[in-house]
Amino acid sequence: MKNIFLGVAALFGVANFAVAADGNVSSHIRILAASCAACHGHDGNSVGGTPVLAGLDPNYFIAQMQAFRDGSRGATVMQHHAKGLTPEETDLLAKYFAAQPRKTPATPMPLGDLM
Amino acid sequence: MQRRDFLKLLAAGSALGLFPELAKAGEAQGRVVIVGGGYAGATTAKYLRLWGGSALEIILVEKNTTFVSCPMSNLVLGGSKRIGELTFNYSGLDAYGIKRLHEMVTGIDPERRKIMVESGDELTYDRLVLAPGVDFLWDKLPMLALPEAQERIPHAWKAGPQTVNLRKQLEAMPDGGVFAISIPLAPYRCPPGPYERASQVAYYLKQHKPKSKVLVLDANPEIVSKKGLFTKAWADLYPGMIEYRPNSAVTEVDVQRRIAKTEFEAVKADVLNVIPPQSAGGIAKSIGAANVNERWCEVDFLTYESKRVPNVHILGDSVSAALPKSAHIATSQAKVCASAIAALLSGQATDPQPVFANTCYSYVTDKLAMHVANVYRYDAVKQVMLPAEGGGVSDKPSEMEGNYAQWWAKNIWSDVLS
Repeated sequence: MKNIFLGVAALFGVANFAVAADGNVSSHIRILAASCAACHGHDGNSVGGTPVLAGLDPNYFIAQMQAFRDGSRGATVMQHHAKGLTPEETDLLAKYFAAQPRKTPATPMPLGDLM
Repeated sequence: MQRRDFLKLLAAGSALGLFPELAKAGEAQGRVVIVGGGYAGATTAKYLRLWGGSALEIILVEKNTTFVSCPMSNLVLGGSKRIGELTFNYSGLDAYGIKRLHEMVTGIDPERRKIMVESGDELTYDRLVLAPGVDFLWDKLPMLALPEAQERIPHAWKAGPQTVNLRKQLEAMPDGGVFAISIPLAPYRCPPGPYERASQVAYYLKQHKPKSKVLVLDANPEIVSKKGLFTKAWADLYPGMIEYRPNSAVTEVDVQRRIAKTEFEAVKADVLNVIPPQSAGGIAKSIGAANVNERWCEVDFLTYESKRVPNVHILGDSVSAALPKSAHIATSQAKVCASAIAALLSGQATDPQPVFANTCYSYVTDKLAMHVANVYRYDAVKQVMLPAEGGGVSDKPSEMEGNYAQWWAKNIWSDVLS
């Protein structure tokens, strides 16, 4: 009985990451997803060179992360990131990016030849 | 924006009560002042608006009107980038309703929660974010303290005119000359950066001045980051050109003759690049926030609030942490901080266990790059950020990673500045 209780508590603990009390995405997942922006662009709208994660099918996202983890999909950096996340975080990231609209990201213009 | 116009705008905002009018129930309210517009500061400004809502007043104070990226700036030395390709203005942040004040901060009064700027004006705050980057500890190398000395012996550890200066010195160096680089004891900004720089200088010299030498004087007992990768790349790509000397802290410099002295030897160079020992930015030190060895700032990793000075948050290279002092980490910290401040100013809870990533590339030629990548996770017992399982480095440098590194830069610039 005690074990069942612990299991249920753990489930709720995980569920707390999914949505905050006000129904928005939890701060945990929004911070984690935002950390992907260095390579994948703001909210998964990559400027180029890396896959666009915005609007991606969540099952495809989860399968790719699993493939990076077990090495069945070769990668340069993604295996390091996939292995560092819990399965729950991977699932919630998949949902987060799936919910982001695809759009052309703004890019700052280098001052370039003005200098 | 001119200062007078800026102050008018501030006055107009508060007199009309514009900002509170826009607030919805449960939305963050108040004024956040951010000092420093590098990777951490600019990211905080943007994400405070995204996550803090429209009622928050966000003011970014940065003395420079342009943002020059340190990441990729070693490629200017190698010759495959120009500094203008790494230089941006801040106009992309205007769309987020962020007020910018391009002035030097002269003081902070944490008791009264206000900052003073060079023109004599004062700004009050509800929360202050300090993202000042690093300061150089010139007292360790007093002969380099004057600007004229730094013209002759550039550090080029803050990208901009110093980078261009070092590139010009390399262009003027004779074939058969010696380029010497001095690396301070860790921690310092960008752990693999000095070794990437040695590689970029060797890349340039191999093409244009192949009889020249690169001498690496490292205060550390061994290469601090990507050791195996750099050692092999130097042997494969630049055989006989790069000489590495560990435990070689530069303690004295003859500026006129470009001689660097260590405990063991005096090295005469044609181009001498001394990366000085570093600390948290002076503005953080000035309020007693640099409590770790009087150099780095201890923070609460759930909010980045200083452990010493309430209502002041500290970000990026100034923070004492088991996190690399990288641009990606600076932006990740900024997002945790922005989320926490938005929560604090709206009476909500912060993320109790932040997790974020770091990916850092280093180039060993114009095209070949290699990475170190890790997820970092909050440890609730130790109350610090620790590397998660599974992190690591490249097997070898590759053109594919060189290409990814270019896109890393374009994506992070887009995220931070637009």
